[in-house]
Amino acid sequence: MDITVNILLTIATAATPLLIAAIGELVVERSGVLNLGVEGMMIMGAVGGFGAGYLTGSPWIGLLAAIAMGALFSLLFAVMTLSLATNQVATGLSLTLLGLGLSGMMGTSFVGQPGERLPNLDIPGLTSLPVIGRLLFGQDPIFYISIALTAAVMWFLFKTRTGLTLRSIGDSHASAHALGIKVIRYRYLSVIFGGACAGLAGGHLSLVYTPQWVENMTAGRGWIALALVVFASWRPWRVLAGAYIFGAVWIGQLHAQAFGIPVPSQMLSSLPYLATIVVLVLISRNKRLTMMNTPASLGQPFVPDR
Amino acid sequence: MSANQDGTNLLEVRGLTKIFGTLTACDHIDLDIARGEIHALLGENGAGKSTLVKMLFGSLEPNSGEIFWNGQAVRITSPGVAKKLGIGMVFQHFSLFEALTAAENIALSLDDGSPISSIAAKARALSYSYGLPLDPESMVGDLSVGERQRIEIIRCLLQTPQLIILDEPTSVLTPQEADKLFETLERLRSEGKSILYISHRLEEVKRICDRATVLRHGKVVGHCNPREETAASLARMMVGNEVQAVVRAPVEGIETAQPLLEIRGLTRKPATPFSIPLRNISLNVRAGEVIGIAGVAGNGQGEFFESVSGEVLQQDAASVRIRGKDAGGLTITGRRLLGAAFVPEERLGHGAAPRMKLSENLLLSRHATDGKAFVGTGGMVKSGAIYAASQRIIAAMDVRKSAPDPEAAALSGGNLQKFIVGRELDRRPSVMVVNQPTWGVDAGAAAHIRQALIELSRSGSAVLVISQDLDELFEISDAIAVMHNGELSKAMPIAEATFEKVGLLMGGAEPGHAEHTLETA
Repeated sequence: MDITVNILLTIATAATPLLIAAIGELVVERSGVLNLGVEGMMIMGAVGGFGAGYLTGSPWIGLLAAIAMGALFSLLFAVMTLSLATNQVATGLSLTLLGLGLSGMMGTSFVGQPGERLPNLDIPGLTSLPVIGRLLFGQDPIFYISIALTAAVMWFLFKTRTGLTLRSIGDSHASAHALGIKVIRYRYLSVIFGGACAGLAGGHLSLVYTPQWVENMTAGRGWIALALVVFASWRPWRVLAGAYIFGAVWIGQLHAQAFGIPVPSQMLSSLPYLATIVVLVLISRNKRLTMMNTPASLGQPFVPDR
Repeated sequence: MSANQDGTNLLEVRGLTKIFGTLTACDHIDLDIARGEIHALLGENGAGKSTLVKMLFGSLEPNSGEIFWNGQAVRITSPGVAKKLGIGMVFQHFSLFEALTAAENIALSLDDGSPISSIAAKARALSYSYGLPLDPESMVGDLSVGERQRIEIIRCLLQTPQLIILDEPTSVLTPQEADKLFETLERLRSEGKSILYISHRLEEVKRICDRATVLRHGKVVGHCNPREETAASLARMMVGNEVQAVVRAPVEGIETAQPLLEIRGLTRKPATPFSIPLRNISLNVRAGEVIGIAGVAGNGQGEFFESVSGEVLQQDAASVRIRGKDAGGLTITGRRLLGAAFVPEERLGHGAAPRMKLSENLLLSRHATDGKAFVGTGGMVKSGAIYAASQRIIAAMDVRKSAPDPEAAALSGGNLQKFIVGRELDRRPSVMVVNQPTWGVDAGAAAHIRQALIELSRSGSAVLVISQDLDELFEISDAIAVMHNGELSKAMPIAEATFEKVGLLMGGAEPGHAEHTLETA
């Protein structure tokens, strides 16, 4: 029983950074902007979060620093693509490359240092309940944030007027502009929200997952988050499902490798990617629904007439 | 009709000017709109109508000039400001969100914070009271163009504007749908609202408008009462000189002529969730005749053109036959080699590569068919030959341009269209298929293109013209078929065709069941 709980807890820990980064990117893409710099913003959040935590001794300050770092870094992307109308794909890719390099440079003195870890939730009487206690009341704070964030984004996008406006911009920025909607302002805020989420996801890695700084520690998670958004056809609950499938198969194959199952480890390592894609493709079979949820103006720069 | 309440007009525009680079799109425009009148804004494509309207609606800022609203000087810096003043706009293009429902589309343009659920009910009530039935829950991508326009109108009316601007509202409607729209406009006028009605269709302007302002080359060339003018005198004001009438001699013995283009049971599945399937289309175009295909935009004409031209290949090779040979499996080049020529609807991107010179564009569509003339040994381009040929086309079609061999994108839409049509005509193709031959082309050039198509057919070619412009089709066609929801009616000889018959088919009715469809339309 304890083993099961432990496995479930590790799955949640593996899925949380993917979920947060993907939910942030989902909002960005729903507004019609394709930010391929998730990996870069994430690693900046990781180094910023670790550094602030290490220097102040407070993981909570580290958490805030991670969010701020991601948001700040995304602002660079926003200025380039939204105000200067540069190509979003090229700018996003360079953001990732810049983030990986810059974080490595900033983190040289952190390598090998013990970091601060965010404490797990501990509610007397509840956390000690058998089985569900640790699952529901004993995880790290970012886990709860990730679930709340998913629910909040779902509610925001599909139940509020502002969310509707955001989706309309993603569908056709020209029409939105004609209605008097401030396209660029909405997109700025979306991109910064996405950056903050990516930063938070990076902070999860360096403040919870492995509380230390290792260069390139995001290890492609930003790219997986990007892929999740697309395969989930831009729908929040599917992103949640995708992140957890990925986390589950990831942890599962680690255990399988540890048991020494006679399958090449490379095959096992590729399983999470394969499984996530297969499951999300299966649930996205309805072409019409997918088309309706795809932001039609995704990746197109918007330059209003003057 | 211009019943002023306090002596001032609702809207007065003085000296409004807008300059784009070297082009003065609007040059000191003066315009008055009284309360409770339908005011027409007439002009050819490129006369500055859209630019003027965009300035009134706040999408563009004027370089100079003043706007007075109820006698007060105002600056309309954004569409939001225009809406607050009480100016509503029904756009011709680009203003609905396809992936959202009708109610969501309407909700987006109302900033009063009312919940989306209540907007659906309001929209439904208002739409029925104006005789424009609308299902607020339907996805815009699934709706016909006419239905989309209803959403635009309802959306505009829900803001209770004083001035409603309609940009070419009937260009996408069947004649019967247009009649419904006119009823709505007359009702709005009787409620004291003012309407600025932009059109180049003179008959409807004469029918519903109280006053008209005519623009030409960015300047106001006159104000008039359209009811006292004739269509010809209005056209003269718009164009500046007489428009050559198109001459079409009737054809004799066409029944025995050989069909050069045969479509047999052409069927195609919808390519995207919002596009139209083609349903068992059959049609013959014989040597010596022009066949017109009418239809409201978005009823499968684009899909049909793609299938006939070879942009999309068919499973059944015999579903498209050119000069007696199965061509359904051939690419565009393969079909061109059989003697066919195609002019697609989109000039930039389909008809021509925007950033390439006209001579290079000539080579792009004719390197296979005129290989020897334009490409030498080892695949070297004979630039002298393509330049000479492009100059020949430019002269034949009277293409106006700023440089000897400009980039395609540097030409105005009408001039580029003349070049593209001319490029294909220059080959003397035995089968010519044209989609929207004169869309966005000024009246003089349009007449030129139409006459050239008729002459091509009379010299023994088969010509198929797809158009939304019924006047055009009646002018040039020997028979008219109507496309509706992916189905094509039988071709009706022009002697039997009337606007009413064609209009009913465009609305989806079978001839003889007219009453029924009018009720549900």
